[in-house]
Amino acid sequence: NSDKLILENTNIPCFQRKKYCLAVNVDLQTDATLQVDISDALSERDKVKFTVHTKSTLPNFKQNEFSVVRQHEEFIWLHDSFVENEEYAGYIIPPAPPKPDFDASREKLQKLGEGEGSMTKEEFTKMKQELEAEYLAIFKKTVAMHEVFLCRVAAHPVLRKDLNFHVFLEYNQDLSVRGKNKKEKLEDFFKNVVKSADGVLVAGVKDVDDFFEHEKTFLLEYHNRVKDSSAKSDRMIRSHKSAADDINRIASTLYTLGTQDSTDLCKFFLKVSELFEKTRKIEARVAADEDLKLADLLKYYLRESQAAKDLLYRRGRALVDYENANKALDKARAKNKDVLQAETTQQVCCQKFEKISESAKQELIDFKTRRVAAFRKNLVELAELELKHAKGNLQLLQSCLGVLKGDT
Amino acid sequence: ETSKYRSLAGFSSVLFVVLSLVKVFLSQSPEAACLSAEDISPSSNGPRDDDPDDLFAEATEEVSLDSPERQPILSDGPSPAITPVTPVMISPRVDVFDRSPDQDEDEEENRDTFDIQISVSDPEKVGDGMNAYMVYKVTTKTSLSIFSRDEVCVKRRFSDFLGLYSKLASKYMHMGYIVPPAPEKSIVGMTKVKVGKEDLSSVEFVEKRRSALERYLLRTVKHPALLKDPDVLQFLESSELPRAVSTQALSGAGILRMVNKAADAVNKMTIKMNESDAWFEEKQQQFENLDVQLRKLHASVESLVCHRKELSVNTASFAKSAAMLGNSEDHTALSRALSQLAEVEEKIDQLHQDQSYADFYLISELLGDYVRLITAVKGVFDQRMKAWAKWQDAQVMLQRKREAEAKLQYANKPDKLQQATDEIREWEGKVQQGERDFEQISKNIRREVGRFEKDRVKDFRVVIIKYLESLVHTQQQLIKYWEAFLPEAKAIA
Repeated sequence: NSDKLILENTNIPCFQRKKYCLAVNVDLQTDATLQVDISDALSERDKVKFTVHTKSTLPNFKQNEFSVVRQHEEFIWLHDSFVENEEYAGYIIPPAPPKPDFDASREKLQKLGEGEGSMTKEEFTKMKQELEAEYLAIFKKTVAMHEVFLCRVAAHPVLRKDLNFHVFLEYNQDLSVRGKNKKEKLEDFFKNVVKSADGVLVAGVKDVDDFFEHEKTFLLEYHNRVKDSSAKSDRMIRSHKSAADDINRIASTLYTLGTQDSTDLCKFFLKVSELFEKTRKIEARVAADEDLKLADLLKYYLRESQAAKDLLYRRGRALVDYENANKALDKARAKNKDVLQAETTQQVCCQKFEKISESAKQELIDFKTRRVAAFRKNLVELAELELKHAKGNLQLLQSCLGVLKGDT
Repeated sequence: ETSKYRSLAGFSSVLFVVLSLVKVFLSQSPEAACLSAEDISPSSNGPRDDDPDDLFAEATEEVSLDSPERQPILSDGPSPAITPVTPVMISPRVDVFDRSPDQDEDEEENRDTFDIQISVSDPEKVGDGMNAYMVYKVTTKTSLSIFSRDEVCVKRRFSDFLGLYSKLASKYMHMGYIVPPAPEKSIVGMTKVKVGKEDLSSVEFVEKRRSALERYLLRTVKHPALLKDPDVLQFLESSELPRAVSTQALSGAGILRMVNKAADAVNKMTIKMNESDAWFEEKQQQFENLDVQLRKLHASVESLVCHRKELSVNTASFAKSAAMLGNSEDHTALSRALSQLAEVEEKIDQLHQDQSYADFYLISELLGDYVRLITAVKGVFDQRMKAWAKWQDAQVMLQRKREAEAKLQYANKPDKLQQATDEIREWEGKVQQGERDFEQISKNIRREVGRFEKDRVKDFRVVIIKYLESLVHTQQQLIKYWEAFLPEAKAIA
């Protein structure tokens, strides 16, 4: 029964995840008025239950501190409600967290369970520990990504006041937001198709404002390049993990050789096996840290740059509407028919456009600040970790070499 | 284009260092240089079964010698090997190796006369299309007197090496000598070369083969008996070598080999030896275990080589992508830092590639060589079993002849009686010879295994230490690169 192997009811203590939240977005030093985090998480067969913990001095809430349990679909509901809210058209909507995906890990654990008979007890235990560690790592990441979303919302001056957000934080019953059914998914699909076609159209319109024109060009290219880097960094890190796995197997076989060799080589093999056990743990850590500091960073900014593009699209849409309203007004005036109505429409469009433009400018400036700070922090930490691990590796190798050379 | 050039240049420079190290350790073992004067006469080509048929198998995994006279009971196989008269069988060579392992060791400690260096170099393609083949230059530098010159250069092709191995195996394997196997054939690899693909994979293939051929020769001459063998000397010295036709896969000899191999497999199953000597049983089990583990290790190392190459490629790809990202980043300091990151990753990809070559040429090839060597060792144990079987069969035959004689005594047929008595004497001789042969091969194997194990310990020690040193170098470089990058990352404002 492979269920035994899967980490049921995995709880994560809260102190470990704080580090991740800050890694991706630096200026989320939320003030005392509203602090949100995910204090606990439970992994069950086909869902993850997040305990969302809030501390707030705002009068909107009944208590100063409270917790609710939420699932992934509820986060998506919240995100979509922001996107669909016209009032927020001028803001970069924090990107929705990706769906928790343990399928690959589960499959591996299942295969391991099936192959239990064909390997030695030590090998089985070793592989099981590794797969469990992998499962745990994926789990921690998904918790962190859901947390980052909430932190971003809580840090945003306007979004933090959103009613749906407060309901999400406080309402201690199930929000009953079922996932989208087939019809709704199809509608979404068509909306996206129209949107991307539209997006192209809107992007083609030259903007009078230099700032936005530059941002448009920049974001289009940047988004594509981040997408490419993200994919390539993933591949690189996967190879690294595979190499670490190979070293693990080599260490095991060397150990067996050491125990059964009749010559002086037995001690030699055992020493080298021990060395490789340690170095491969370091290699695995290197891959994990690269994943965290580099791959996750790129993935996150892939999503954020998409959200920024969406903002530009909305502004572009509003600009087109505004221009169309202008044309309609001119026509109405020329025909002297429905002029008042045309004037009202034009006014509304103008206001909407100007409102979006104003907040969008600030949002994009903030986006750049956040981005630069996040990259700086992560690249520095990446370099520091790479150095730490390389030095660790070097020390292990040199001390082992010293012993081996001394033996001869 | 530049990356291909760079990788070839880097590859060959690392390779040069690695391979010269490999060569040094392989040629470092002192060997027996003295032999009695009555050496093997060149004409008889050393002690061997005088069997015209193909006695050797393909120069691949399975190595077994067989003679067609499998069942002495049925065929009255006049094998010169068991005729008491042959002086060649119990050749002077036996004196040389008729020593205790301890004496041998002393001999080796005092040795400083072993001095021979062999290199295989300058692969050259000869001919065109499917008839093309590679020719390698074999250079021997030595001060040993058995060689006619201090330095000899000859040109040899792959099948020449296979031919040499075939001859040596047929001469020595049945005596219990562990004959180092030649490198394996590779139809796929060679076809690419023949077709003329100048890409990296065929360059690597040729280099891999060149290195393997060199190691093969070095191992062969390390063996004291083989070093003196006229075929070996001819191979290293003579400018013209008769083409080794029998190594062609589909030749008549090749087919005969396959038949013999099959017969061998069947026979192995039917011989149930009464092992009186625990040493042999223990050793056989040890080699069996060693075989299993080395194959496993080899597979894991090959996987590592593959993944490291992959890592190198993916890192290079990421480096390019990061450079592009840096270009499009509109914050100047961050843009610069990303470009620096791209440069670091590019250097690291080269590091991974170099490491994968070390993984391969140091560890993977060593393991591959030893997997094949152990097959040779197992083959030698099989030879002993065959010798035992022959001896037992002779005893059975002798018994039958005695019974036949007893019967004839009652029947009172004087002329037939004489023949029966003669036959008894003949088979008594064969039994004695069989016992002597069995004891001889057992002694030889003990000594050979002792030598083999010593070499094995040395080989693995040297190679693993070199490998760890390569890993140390990689880590030192990594530290250098990341230390250079760190201030760049911190400079992002």
